[in-house]
Amino acid sequence: MEISLAHYLALAAVLFGIGLFGVLTRRNAVGILMSIELMFNAVNINLVAFNRFVTPADFTGQIFSIFVIVVAAAEATVGLAIVLLIYRNFRDIFVDNINLMKW
Amino acid sequence: MPDLRPMLPELFLFAWAIVVLLFGISRKERSGDSLIYLTLVGLVITGILIPIAGYGNLFGGTFVVDKFAAFFQIVFLFAAFFAVASSHGLMKKLSADRGEFFALILLSTTGMMLLASTLELITLYVSLELTTIPLFVLAAYRKDQLSSSEAGLKYLILGAVSSAILLYGISLVYGLTGTTFLQPALSRLIEQSVPMLLASGNVNMALVMAIVMMVAGFGFKLALVPFHMWAPDVYEGAPTPITSFLSVASKGAGVVAIARVFYTTLPAFHDVHWGTFVAVLAAAAMIVGNITAVLQSNIKRMLAFSSIAHAGYVLVGFVALPQGSTVPPYGPASLLFYMMAYLFANMGAFACVIAFEKNFGSYQIKDYHGLSKHSPGLAIIMTLFLLSLAGIPPLAGFMAKYYVFLAGWQQFPWLVIIGLLTSVIALFYYANIIMQMYFSRGETSLTKARYDRPLLLTLILTAVGTVAVGIYPEPILRFATEAVKVFPF
Repeated sequence: MEISLAHYLALAAVLFGIGLFGVLTRRNAVGILMSIELMFNAVNINLVAFNRFVTPADFTGQIFSIFVIVVAAAEATVGLAIVLLIYRNFRDIFVDNINLMKW
Repeated sequence: MPDLRPMLPELFLFAWAIVVLLFGISRKERSGDSLIYLTLVGLVITGILIPIAGYGNLFGGTFVVDKFAAFFQIVFLFAAFFAVASSHGLMKKLSADRGEFFALILLSTTGMMLLASTLELITLYVSLELTTIPLFVLAAYRKDQLSSSEAGLKYLILGAVSSAILLYGISLVYGLTGTTFLQPALSRLIEQSVPMLLASGNVNMALVMAIVMMVAGFGFKLALVPFHMWAPDVYEGAPTPITSFLSVASKGAGVVAIARVFYTTLPAFHDVHWGTFVAVLAAAAMIVGNITAVLQSNIKRMLAFSSIAHAGYVLVGFVALPQGSTVPPYGPASLLFYMMAYLFANMGAFACVIAFEKNFGSYQIKDYHGLSKHSPGLAIIMTLFLLSLAGIPPLAGFMAKYYVFLAGWQQFPWLVIIGLLTSVIALFYYANIIMQMYFSRGETSLTKARYDRPLLLTLILTAVGTVAVGIYPEPILRFATEAVKVFPF
């Protein structure tokens, strides 16, 4: 069986769904950041697959996915720095306990 | 080597951010004053560079400076100017890291300026992240306050999720069209690429999904209902100058991005009826924002909900597309005008909150009682901004609401009626503060408010802006009408 575009898109959609589910259900701030990375990587699969099947002649999708990886790394860095700051102050990184203000 | 002239303001602002950063590192012992003035000078020079750099496009149409971009760049520079000028009180409370604070504001402003003038989705995404990642750090800037860290974390998580959703939508658009450039001809590209893409013929479904995800992603930045959950907490927890910056500049970034994407590609997405979808979101934002604002006791939270409602009013202008030949103050132009009016009134209101906080150390609305007795100046100027936000003539807010509703009436009369009804509710909570300041009985032990010089400058400039735009709106309206001519309506 040949792997078609639909397979890649389905994989990306499932991965995106798992990531979103993780963001909504995880209680550990680091776990939430990891789930967000899953969502970004789902997008990367989409971009690279579209590049391969829709516009095989150029590299727009691949370049886009490199940008996404770089920006996601920057976002994760800031995220972990804030989590570290909260850990120093709260001694806790479970988001249920970080609720001085009502949601 | 291409001629980088049109990009001059952004390049200068980026360089100036580095200068401010280095200056802050080299002079640790100094108070924030010299840094504030240095940053303000940089912003003013950038503003002067905008007309000098002129219009043009670069990098094969990726980066386009037109009147639309210039209009929003001016809005962003004003917002950054007011936020920086009102952060003197915050600087006194910080023990270190003052230079980084201003450098991050300048970097975020650079991102917004790039965002205003991009016509390509990769650049759009990177500029949007350059706008928001510094804002995550700035929201968490009071390292000694747990509420600030909490605000930063909440903003970061919801901001990152929203960019992931936006990206997914963008990737679908790329897949459907085979290009990341925003152009009116996208519809033809869809027709060309789709037969080999999806045999089932479910193109419209994929396009609808892409549009819903992109609107949701931008909706987070705009704090639209139902994507608004982060706004009240982040507004409350973040340092107040950053809250004021977020409420105008971050919202403006969302507006400029959504307008660029949807107006440029208008013919391609015409069958999908995104207008109705966005109109429903606007109605929800006006209703939920205004009703919840009535219930708040903290003034920063109240202004957060009021800003959610204002996002709804902005979108009334956004969906009011001209049909055939319409009278000049039509939808897209009224959207731009609304941003300008909202800028002055909201930044001014937050500057008053900062002045009050600095003198009396409180955010509670009930503590504003008797303000007119001990600090009449602050009470008068606060009243001015609140009346403008409520939309009372002859202030800027009234003209903005008038143009937006006038434009929206043709296509979405129900939306305008909701807007008018919720404006009445809005009057209730704005008037509540004015009542507290002027008509509450009981004694206060507070003394006359004192202001530092940059904050006074902010208060005066925003007050002048609010009155001037309200009394003499023609120049800005003409500029806005010219600006939206870049789109293929």
